[in-house]
Amino acid sequence: MTKHTLSVLVENKPSVLARVSGLFSRRGFNIDSLAVGPTEHPEVSRMTIVVSVEDLPLEQVTKQLNKLVNVIKIVELDPAQSVQRELVLIKVRADMAQRSHVLEIVEMFRSRVVDVSAESLTIEATGTADKLEALIKVLEPFGIKELVQSGTVAVGRGPRSITSSGLLRPVERHTA
Amino acid sequence: MPTTPPPRGPVPGPPPRPAQPSALASTTSHPVPEPQPCTGAQSLVRSLEAVGVELVFGIPGGAVLPAYDPLLDSTKVRHVLVRHEQGAGHAAEGYAQATGKVGVCMATSGPGATNLVTPIADAYMDSVPMVAITGQVPRGSIGTDAFQEADICGITLPITKHNFLVQDAADIPRVIAEAFHIASTGRPGPVLVDLPKDVLQAATEFAWPGQVELPGYRPVMRPHGKQVREAARLIAESRRPVLYVGGGVLKAHASAELRRLAELTGIPVVTTLMARGAFPDSHRQHLGMPGMHGTVAAVTALQKADLLITLGARFDDRVTGKLSTFAPTAKVIHADIDPAEISKNKVADVPIVGDCKEVIEQLTDAVNALYQGGQRADITGWWKTLDGYRETYPLGYDWPTDGSLAPQYVIERLGAIAGPEALYVAGVGQHQMWAAQFISYENPYTWLNSGGAGTMGYAVPAAMGAKMGRPGRTVWAIDGDGCFQMTNQELATCAIEGVPIKVAVINNGNLGMVRQWQTLFYDERYSNTDLGTHKHRVPDFVKLAEAYGCVGLRCESKEDVDATIGKAMEINDAPVVVDFVVGKDAMVWPMVAAGTSNDEIMAARDVRPAFDEDI
Repeated sequence: MTKHTLSVLVENKPSVLARVSGLFSRRGFNIDSLAVGPTEHPEVSRMTIVVSVEDLPLEQVTKQLNKLVNVIKIVELDPAQSVQRELVLIKVRADMAQRSHVLEIVEMFRSRVVDVSAESLTIEATGTADKLEALIKVLEPFGIKELVQSGTVAVGRGPRSITSSGLLRPVERHTA
Repeated sequence: MPTTPPPRGPVPGPPPRPAQPSALASTTSHPVPEPQPCTGAQSLVRSLEAVGVELVFGIPGGAVLPAYDPLLDSTKVRHVLVRHEQGAGHAAEGYAQATGKVGVCMATSGPGATNLVTPIADAYMDSVPMVAITGQVPRGSIGTDAFQEADICGITLPITKHNFLVQDAADIPRVIAEAFHIASTGRPGPVLVDLPKDVLQAATEFAWPGQVELPGYRPVMRPHGKQVREAARLIAESRRPVLYVGGGVLKAHASAELRRLAELTGIPVVTTLMARGAFPDSHRQHLGMPGMHGTVAAVTALQKADLLITLGARFDDRVTGKLSTFAPTAKVIHADIDPAEISKNKVADVPIVGDCKEVIEQLTDAVNALYQGGQRADITGWWKTLDGYRETYPLGYDWPTDGSLAPQYVIERLGAIAGPEALYVAGVGQHQMWAAQFISYENPYTWLNSGGAGTMGYAVPAAMGAKMGRPGRTVWAIDGDGCFQMTNQELATCAIEGVPIKVAVINNGNLGMVRQWQTLFYDERYSNTDLGTHKHRVPDFVKLAEAYGCVGLRCESKEDVDATIGKAMEINDAPVVVDFVVGKDAMVWPMVAAGTSNDEIMAARDVRPAFDEDI
């Protein structure tokens, strides 16, 4: 199975998230991650959904998604043609003895410390899923007390926006 | 507001009008009137009037009560008080399927709304245009487990085309306009509008929207020219083509177009359970119904075809049998208004998204152009093979050896006597399959049933709705004794509201289709299928009919069948229920057992057709 990143423009109305997530579960698809938030248009929200599926079921689920009245547009973002980011907050054990080691790692990953206490540091990092996974791996030996991670958000590279055609491949291939 | 009482007696219905464009489109050309002050409830009733609603089936209750008050004053909208909300939903479906217009049902919050769930699911599966209006607890009580609160929008999320929870009385006209537009356009389906009680009571202004604006809803009507030409090329080249016709052809009002395409090409036609009547049964090119209980000719034609011309059908498992062995040698042209149906089950070689009427018209022109250029494959050999199947394995049945009445005979005679202008509305089970097999459907919109959902209890309320939509037609509900006991309370509605439907109860005393499977697959161990309607005559359907203000008749022998049907046909001032007491061992044949290949079709018990393997 391959990972696909879908950018879904939806009307900013109540219950839209339930309609979208309900459709995925009802049709038997697992969502790897889902992030939703406002866009440059106040009446439009944007969802970034990462799913692991084969091409044919992906086509089916995007067609079903397109049928939802509140869904305005769906495009699949090719990882090579888009910027994809996640955000993670990690509370890591860091007493006086270990603090400098942890800070070195923070520096190396171009992440930053957002909260400090006598026994711990809280680190904020953004990046691709791979980079964050690597960061978490090197912090693990110090003892991770708490970890919270966002879903992926993604935007196509270049000057065009999601509403212009050409750059981003519309997912509903058969209707084209 | 005028105070004239609502009209009584059947509402004369105009002829079916195309579902496209929606009823709303006719109102968009009018100038938008000045907003008028009113309550949310009055705004709702005026909106229903504006969208052209003539009939609403429903039951009032606490939360929806405000809506019922202005309804009393409406001279345009007639409300029919049913006995159970499920009846309201199926009546709306029957009305919609008989007329092509949007059916409307109404219920209160909580259990009233949840009782609509089955008909809403049914309408979703069979793409029936329907708007369900439900009362909801006041906004401030939502989410508090208030009395008669149910999250009906949440509950119906997976079984509606769309639903709305109205939070502001000012939104009511827009929401109603959108609901009817969504229900009736594209692939039709049910839409639910949930109205909190305080929204109905609030002071607002009524202003009918000039147009509907739904940025995420744009059904594709016009097919892609390149795809149509590619389909035409396959049709002209194919030596073993079949027109696989589904309910979408009826939804698109494309029966006449289908006939032109069929007659131009001479290609054999099969009509699915949802498409019976889309192509005349008497037509030489009609092979009958495909699927689990389809004719040997129709099922085998699909299996041996080199091309399926799929029009508004969706490769349902009851048609394909085991999918991996379905139509193994066929290329697939798949035309549907719903892009999600294309390549969902069977991958299409030529996908066409569009309204069946436009698709068929363009396809006919494109094929004709190729024919003019001399491109036309010979299909006489194919017809010779198919005619062989038709002659060797016609539909038929044996009379029961115990001397009881054959149910197929009853249904066959009913179709012959009531004729092709009558409407036939079936429940779900053996009687439904026999009604699909042994009645000759010559006209569109004369066969109504619950196909996708298989909802027992559909027939009586749906027949009521159909009769109210088409009061000039004879409407026969063909029901089983199991189905009939699920929703026959609507006989009271029929009797009181003056809706003279006719009900043929094909009473075999059992849940017949389940019993058939127990006979075939469970060693004749009849677990919980005997309803006692024979053994104890409980209930006595004649007495039951009379108790409901209907005429009750009974028929138990072959000699009485015609006379009893004739007697029922003569009664037009009251609903009639005929208890046809039939044998319990009759089975539906042919049959493709669930999960097996269509190649395993049995023409009758232990009779497997011998196919010419050279084809």
